[in-house]
Amino acid sequence: MPGLIKGLATTARTLARPTQTSEYPDVQPYLPPRTRGVIALMEENCTSCMSCSRACPNWCIYIDSHKETLPATTEGGRERQRNVLDRFAIDFSLCMYCGICIEVCPFDALHWSPEFEYAEFDILDLVHEKARLGQWMATVPPPPALDPHSAEPQETTAANKSARTAPTEST
Amino acid sequence: MNPALELVLRLVILLLVFVVMSLVVGQTEHKVMAHLQGRLGPMYAGGFHGFAQLVADAVKFVQKEDVTPREADRWVFKLAPAVALAPYLVVLAVIPLSPTLVAADVGAGALFVLAVSAVGVLGVLMAGWSSANKYALLGGMRAAAQLLSYELPMVLSVASVALAAGTVSLTGIADAWHPLWLLWQLPGALVFLIAAVAELKRTPFDMPVAESELVMGPLTEYSGLRFAFFLLAEYAGIVVMSLLFAVFFLGGWHGPFSDSLGPVWTLLKSALISVLIIWLRASWPRLREDQLQRMAWLVLVPLALAQLALTAVWVVFSSR
Repeated sequence: MPGLIKGLATTARTLARPTQTSEYPDVQPYLPPRTRGVIALMEENCTSCMSCSRACPNWCIYIDSHKETLPATTEGGRERQRNVLDRFAIDFSLCMYCGICIEVCPFDALHWSPEFEYAEFDILDLVHEKARLGQWMATVPPPPALDPHSAEPQETTAANKSARTAPTEST
Repeated sequence: MNPALELVLRLVILLLVFVVMSLVVGQTEHKVMAHLQGRLGPMYAGGFHGFAQLVADAVKFVQKEDVTPREADRWVFKLAPAVALAPYLVVLAVIPLSPTLVAADVGAGALFVLAVSAVGVLGVLMAGWSSANKYALLGGMRAAAQLLSYELPMVLSVASVALAAGTVSLTGIADAWHPLWLLWQLPGALVFLIAAVAELKRTPFDMPVAESELVMGPLTEYSGLRFAFFLLAEYAGIVVMSLLFAVFFLGGWHGPFSDSLGPVWTLLKSALISVLIIWLRASWPRLREDQLQRMAWLVLVPLALAQLALTAVWVVFSSR
């Protein structure tokens, strides 16, 4: 009997409290910083090194590229080679959103974006080609501030390190 | 007014009140049960907090295909929803909202109400038996046993109130009500409330329709409008039982300004009871079939008999 009354009291208390439900399409959900939604590609940074494609556990990144030679800038100089990216596609039906490709890219060409509303009716439309991946770059937020008591990032420690001084007579 | 015209008018108003009140209770259940469980309930249908959800449900049910299982007993199967729904409509006709506001003033109101609401038991039994489905049959048998067992405590508690009032007429019982009844008719009131919730097959007595165990019990094979009628019968039952509780045990139209606000008081009291029934559904676990039967025969019937004895003693002593 007392348990029954306690049960009634619990539900009555829930009735009195305002509901936490947020009505989704009318109200956008709160997304914390560094939310992983979709992967964006900054094409200018990509050198077709294939690190991301190799690192992807699901093999969902498809890269095609070819080498182009640029003429020498000075007379008698060497011709320069450039990688030109033909195709860069991420198959989001395979992607497991682990972010290894973004971590491993040495040139910061891949970035996380918090966009998540890209569901399609056809599974083949989940392969995002270079153009679409470039469009996602507009939605990439600036990197959030580091948490308090974090270590200094390597970029600032490297910049603050003093330049190498000339060797002294004693060495 | 022309008697035939008055009859038709009363019938039309009764039907409207029946449907509207059942739908209001249904919508209240959606919203109140949702908030009791920390949810929002329907928000979309009709724009303002989903008030038109049940209208949308009604449209959905109407446009569904009318399916009768091949093995089922055709006419019994088709008639069961009507047999479950019609008794509540008939009972609503005799319940007075005030001494003058009643669709059909019947002299032996309490007797009529108990007799007719017992016919509703037949509807569920017909549904379970004719469905040619073992889960439906099991649910139907459980429902029949439950409903029959709880008829007795209900009849005894109503008998106690009728004895205290000295009349079987519903208007007479509500007229004879006195606030002291809240105290010494309390056991009878509790018995009636528990028996009413069991008659409605609502939690904690919804073993026949225990969704996780029996699919939908006797309603398993029903779809479309027939299923909607069974659901409507459940909400109509809540309306009827709340009104009866308000008239028998809470004094119906008694309250400040009862001359003009009488019907409002009756409706307000029955609304409170409806919310209580919804609250019970959201809060308490289900009773097992044997616990249910044990409660009816070993707890409620002795309690109702004790209440009847107390009332009889009081009536004899007060008439001296």
